[in-house]
Parts: sequence; C-alpha cells; structure tokens
Amino acid sequence: MRWVNRHMRRNDRMIAGAVPILALLVLYLVMAAQRHALNPGDKILPLPDAMARGLSALLFQADPLSGHFLFWTDTFASLERLGLGLALATLSALVAGLVLGVLPPVRATLGPLVTGIAVIPPIALLPVLFIALGLGETAKVALIVVGIAPPMIRDLTDYVASLPREQIIKAQTLGASSWQIMIRVALPQAMPRLIQAVRLALGPAWVFLISAEAIASDTGLGYRIFLVRRYLSMDVIIPYVAWIALLAIVMDFALAQASRRLFPWAHGASH
Amino acid sequence: MTALLTLRDVWVEFGDKIVLEKINLDVAAGSFVSIVGPSGAGKSSLLRLVLGQEAPTRGTISLDGAVLPPECGPDRGVVFQRYSVFPHLTALQNTVFGLECAQSPLLARLFGRARRAAQDEATAMLEAVGLADALHLYPAQMSGGMQQRLAIAQALLKRPRILLLDEPFGALDPGIRADMHVLIRRLWREHALTVIMVTHDIREAFSLGTRVLALDKRRHDPHAPHRYGATVVYDLPLRPREDAPPMQDGAQEEQQATPQKVAV
Repeated sequence: MRWVNRHMRRNDRMIAGAVPILALLVLYLVMAAQRHALNPGDKILPLPDAMARGLSALLFQADPLSGHFLFWTDTFASLERLGLGLALATLSALVAGLVLGVLPPVRATLGPLVTGIAVIPPIALLPVLFIALGLGETAKVALIVVGIAPPMIRDLTDYVASLPREQIIKAQTLGASSWQIMIRVALPQAMPRLIQAVRLALGPAWVFLISAEAIASDTGLGYRIFLVRRYLSMDVIIPYVAWIALLAIVMDFALAQASRRLFPWAHGASH
Repeated sequence: MTALLTLRDVWVEFGDKIVLEKINLDVAAGSFVSIVGPSGAGKSSLLRLVLGQEAPTRGTISLDGAVLPPECGPDRGVVFQRYSVFPHLTALQNTVFGLECAQSPLLARLFGRARRAAQDEATAMLEAVGLADALHLYPAQMSGGMQQRLAIAQALLKRPRILLLDEPFGALDPGIRADMHVLIRRLWREHALTVIMVTHDIREAFSLGTRVLALDKRRHDPHAPHRYGATVVYDLPLRPREDAPPMQDGAQEEQQATPQKVAV
C-alpha cells in the first residue's frame, strides 16, 4: 500500500504523535542522569527534582524584596502585554483588512504602505519604540502590535479581496451599498480567517514579547528567563519555557475551538 | 410591446481585442431570451454589460428608457453558475438580506416587527422555489440544485425588472436540471418576469426561451482573430409569451415541481 493511502485511526494517531515527544523526554533524562553521574552538581541538564525545587521557590515563596509570588506575577505581566498586543493587532487587522479588501481605492492608496511596514524587521524598530514611548509597558505592547499587525492585515486584505466576485455582484443586485457589503458580506466571512491569522501570529507575538522583556523590564516570563541565565539556572529556565509552550498551546486550541463553535459554516462537515 | 431593455450600437473592447461588436438589441418586457453561442463568443460579456458589471466601450444600454449606470443595482437580479449565495448565511438569512439592505441602510439588519414581516416574505418566496424545508440550512449543507433555487429566490424577492441567468443550470445533474426548468418556467409566468439566460445547452435555450439569440463572429481574420468581435448572428423569435407551451414533458413534471416535494 502506498504511504499516501495509509490513514491512521484516531487512537493510533494519538500514540504515533506521543512517541517522538516521549522519546525526546527519555533522551533528556538519560543524558541528564549521565551528566549527574559524573558531576552531581551539574546545572546544565537539571533533573526533574531540581526543576521542581527551582520552580517551587518561585511558585510558593514570596520574593523577599517585593513580597510577590514571582511565577505568578511574571505570568500575569506577560499575559497582559501579550493580550493587549494581540487585541490591538487583531482589531486593527480586522478594520484595515476589511477596508483595504473591499474598497479598491483604499487598497491602491494604503496597500503599498502596509507592505512597506510589513517588510521591516520589527526588532529593528524596538530602539525607536523605546526612544519614542519610553521603557514602560507601552513600548512592549507596541512592539507586539508593530510586529504582528502588518502580516495579519495583509493576510486579511488578500482574503477579503479574493472573495468570489459573484458574491459582491450578487449583493449589489440585492441593493447592498459598499458599507453594507463590508459589514454583512465581508466581515462575517473574514472572521474565521481572522482567528486563523491570530493563531498564526501567536508564535511571533511570543517572540516579540520575550524580546522586549529581555531587553527592558522588571517582571515577566521573558525577563525571568534572561535574568536567571546569569546563574546558569536551567532548573528555572526549562520549566518556564515549558510553561510558555503550554500557554501557547492552550491559546491556540481555544481559538480553534472558538472558530468551530462560532462559525460552523466555515468548517464544512463539522456542522 | 415596447422594449424594456435596449442596446444601441454596443461594442466591448479590451485593448485591441474586440469581444462584441455592433450589438443592437431590443428586449420586450415579459420575454424569455436565451443566448447561445460557442465558447468565447461573448455570451457572458453581453450578460455582464446588462448586469452593469462592465461598461460598454461604445454605445448605450438603456432600461425603461433610462441609460444604465455602469454599476449593478437592484433593478437587475442575477443568478450565476456558482457562488451566488452567501456561505455564511442560512437560506432564510440569504433571502432576507435583500430586504434588510433596502430597509436598514446603516446596520443592514432588521428587528422586531419589520424583521418578522421580512422573514415571512422571504419564507413565502423560499416555499415558492421549493425550499420550505431548508430555511435554516447553510449553503454548504445544500445540494447544487437547492443552492440555485436559493439564488433564484434571493433575486426574485427584490422584484427585479430583469432576471439575468448566467449558465444557471450548467453544473447540475440532468434530472435536477429538468426540475429547475419547470421551476423557472413557472416563476417566469407567475411573476411576469423578463429573463435573459446565457446557456451552452441548445435544447434548454429552445425549450425555455420565447426568443433565442445566437452570438458568433460574422467575420474572421485568420491573421488577427481578435480584431473581429462577436455579434448577434441569429435572432429567432419562437413564440409570444401567451403561447408559451407547458413543458414538452407534459403536466406531470409541472406537478412534481410543487414546492413541498422537490427531490434535489
């Protein structure tokens, strides 16, 4: 049987998907155990108990200086920045994508500008943002927005502009104005695509968040990772990275589910 | 009968390619005009002109004596072969949309009594095209025939002066196509419609139309085939409206098309 025809059942797929992850975990444990056998004080590949100890200090013991439980303040600070950045970028992508996608003159006028901004590496703009907006929260949120909004706008614009011409014509023969076409024909159809764009933007958004926090911050997941790096505290870094991965997966899953629930017509056979 | 739609010396050119040349046409109110012709003879171009999707390079098109603006409007309804319904709306929402646009410029949504009235009107129209049981289905849940019925209902609810059909049944199975012929014939009579239909099915053109137009190139330059456009080479009046026979296949099929039991 050809490999292209080898479809797997659900249970088999779960097992197959778990194998490489488990293999990697085992590989790590074996390597960590080897290093610890040679040098019990090894910090590069900490064993799970060391990670648990490292993390529990941040989880359950208040920081003597600030009185905060650092793991949680880091998490909330990062999620607040990420959430604000994502919300602003999503909103601007929706508005700009609709206007640019539906109205050809606006697309002709602003399209090149959006493309121009989109090709600038956002990290290169970080100094500009820090100078213009200061070192506070605004600059960090702005970096996320500047980083992810332009590609989202471009994606949504292209999608809206490529809605079948027949639909736009049909709407006009039903008496719809440009505005009505935008809000009743283009907007609802753009929503599932917007959620898709947010899912794809989550990765870059985390990159920009961690970068901004690494450079100028006093709290946040990225700040903590870069801070403890000085002490080779892999026992904190690894759990933090795993925590970030978990948060990202949960967000992605929630967005995918929301799209299925809210826009069943866009997900074919599922309704 | 006076002409509802008039085309005077209409040309369509793209650069130096001439698509349609010197079209002169009068379409009487209440007629069912079928347009046939080989691929690339400008059938759909002609339809797009009347629709307002494209403007003629030269010449004038007038509806009820007034020159048409180069833009689509609710006075001309259209059903395309595909994509003429909105995938994100149910059948009922798709049909109500036209009423909402007219009555609610800002939100394009109706509420309360106006909403119920619009829904009743739309439901009646959906029943007339045989979609009484499919009010709350999304287009993706419907067969091709049901989607075309929906597109027709959507268009008719706006009471257009002309209904334009661009190969509306081209993608349907033969059996369903026959059902659709009965339906469109019945709607044409009941609503006193004026219909222009582009088709590549000659039999369909002759069995439905009161008049058949054949488009083709009159002249052909083998060295520059794009320099001559197509025009109306045959204009066959078949029968006046009142003589339009029932479907050749008899009254039996007419019965089958009653709304509630359409097998699509």
